[in-house]
Amino acid sequence: MKHLKAINQKARWIEERSSRGDPSAKAMADIPFGCSTQLDPGWEVDSGGGTYGLCTPVERDLYDCYHACYWPAQVPDVLTNFPDWSSSCGAPVHDWSKIDLVFP
Amino acid sequence: MRYVTELHRRFEAGGVPFIYVSPSASILALDDVSTAVLDHFATGADLEEWVSTQGEEEEFAERYEVFEGLVTQGLLKPEGEVAPAAEPLPPMPYPLTTLVLNVTNKCNLACTYCYEFGEDKLADALRKNGDARRSRMSSDTARKSIDFLFENSAGRDEVSLTFFGGETLLNFDTIRDAVLYAEERALECGKRLGFALTTNATLLTDEIIDFLVTHRFGVNVSIDGGAGDQDRHRTFKSGKGTYDEIAPRIRRLIEANRGEGPPIGARVTLTEGAASVQDTYEHLVEELGFYQVGFAPVTSAPGRDYALADTSMDALLDGFRALADDYVEAAINDTHHGFSNIEDLLRELHQGVNKAHPCGAGLGLLGVSTEGDLGLCHRFVESGEHEVGDLESGIDQEKRQQFLRDGHISNKPECQTCFARPHCSGGCYHEAQVRYGDASHANVHHCDWVRAWTDLGLEAYGRIAVGNPKFLDRLDGKQGAPAGAAMEVEV
Repeated sequence: MKHLKAINQKARWIEERSSRGDPSAKAMADIPFGCSTQLDPGWEVDSGGGTYGLCTPVERDLYDCYHACYWPAQVPDVLTNFPDWSSSCGAPVHDWSKIDLVFP
Repeated sequence: MRYVTELHRRFEAGGVPFIYVSPSASILALDDVSTAVLDHFATGADLEEWVSTQGEEEEFAERYEVFEGLVTQGLLKPEGEVAPAAEPLPPMPYPLTTLVLNVTNKCNLACTYCYEFGEDKLADALRKNGDARRSRMSSDTARKSIDFLFENSAGRDEVSLTFFGGETLLNFDTIRDAVLYAEERALECGKRLGFALTTNATLLTDEIIDFLVTHRFGVNVSIDGGAGDQDRHRTFKSGKGTYDEIAPRIRRLIEANRGEGPPIGARVTLTEGAASVQDTYEHLVEELGFYQVGFAPVTSAPGRDYALADTSMDALLDGFRALADDYVEAAINDTHHGFSNIEDLLRELHQGVNKAHPCGAGLGLLGVSTEGDLGLCHRFVESGEHEVGDLESGIDQEKRQQFLRDGHISNKPECQTCFARPHCSGGCYHEAQVRYGDASHANVHHCDWVRAWTDLGLEAYGRIAVGNPKFLDRLDGKQGAPAGAAMEVEV
């Protein structure tokens, strides 16, 4: 294709199959399948480390009240007085209800 | 009909605009014309209206071809069209490719961060009846494991056997017997066979080195860097550091292996307070002679003093970026660079993997405990909750399938809006179990990191695609099966 170039193998594969009218191209462009092609025990590296997730699902918004500060709600001051306020909530999706009140 | 864009990431590298299309994991290079078409549909646009404003000239045909290409590659879809639901499971029983034998759960070191022995351990120390578990795998169990691997790998031309621990070399007798037996069985079954082993290098003797080289082991040495970093966490039980003990042994191993088996890799666990990744890389490659170095941030529940702080993760990303720059430069000049994290990522981006599951645990890979119980992977063996059968009675297919259904990407709501989903797929099950008490949970504490790391990888990919595209196809040939091999089963 003149103006859109398939670079990686997947893109080339989809392009080639699609040009033959092979319906599998459609599935390839849509469906996740399989797992890592690299099975190296002891090298579990791709998932890295990290900080916090996005604001989806909605329970996550709670965290944005003090991490990114864009949400107009009030939460305890986690910087100085209540650093452990959310420590019972590792995964907001499941644990949001475990977060307790604080009493200054 | 109105068309909208699916999840994607646009990036520029080497002066060329690219797009990574998340539903297909395709990477496409754009030019001014395709960029204009993409921009037009970026926030959704009506196809008929767009066509009616275009002329009949040849250029329109080219623009329309771009539009069709973007549809084919999964980027543009009619608004409201729902992608077909992914099959929760590949055809079962899914054949094994790798079996990880935990030949011992004992270790001669007392690394302070180790999940096998520390507070983050999942394995049950005792059997259900209260007896202590056997600490070493017998040769008999190892042989049964090998039979099991060959019986459960129908259709695979190549299988691999990985030895894991504890410190694997504490049970070298079983390893030696298993290797000789497996080689016999591989000949009988007409399959190719590979061996891999992870070790802390403290017990490497000339005899063991000779054996590993002769049988072409892929050896990963767990080492954290120079003496300062190595001796901070990787200590003998007396508290004495291990660097002086292992450095000469590693040099002998690398020297004996030169030109023989697969090159020797180092595996570094990154903890709070460690040296920069560049310094660590330089030490391991230039001082000790490792061919490749992979870095893994420590797995931990929150709050451990060795856990990496968020600020350290930022510094770490800067270090990874500097190493990735060196890697790209080497790739463009067709020379070797041993930063394996970026190489693994580039390979997956090139193949266009679009994972339904983050790793092969429970799919092509299983772990075997010292007593012959089957776990989802080597990290889960002996954790009663995650056992999926044993060598005697075989794989508990129902439990295995339930695990795979739960761990499918479509069951991770946090991942549905993330462009990095195709290669991350929610991250390590074991990490999720430690962090959230649920192996099928997405590792949301990693998300920012994974996205930043994916951006870094995409840019590196684009620069190589512009500077030396042949390198990428060769990269794929270096290891693993093409992603398409798995895709073939699906469609």
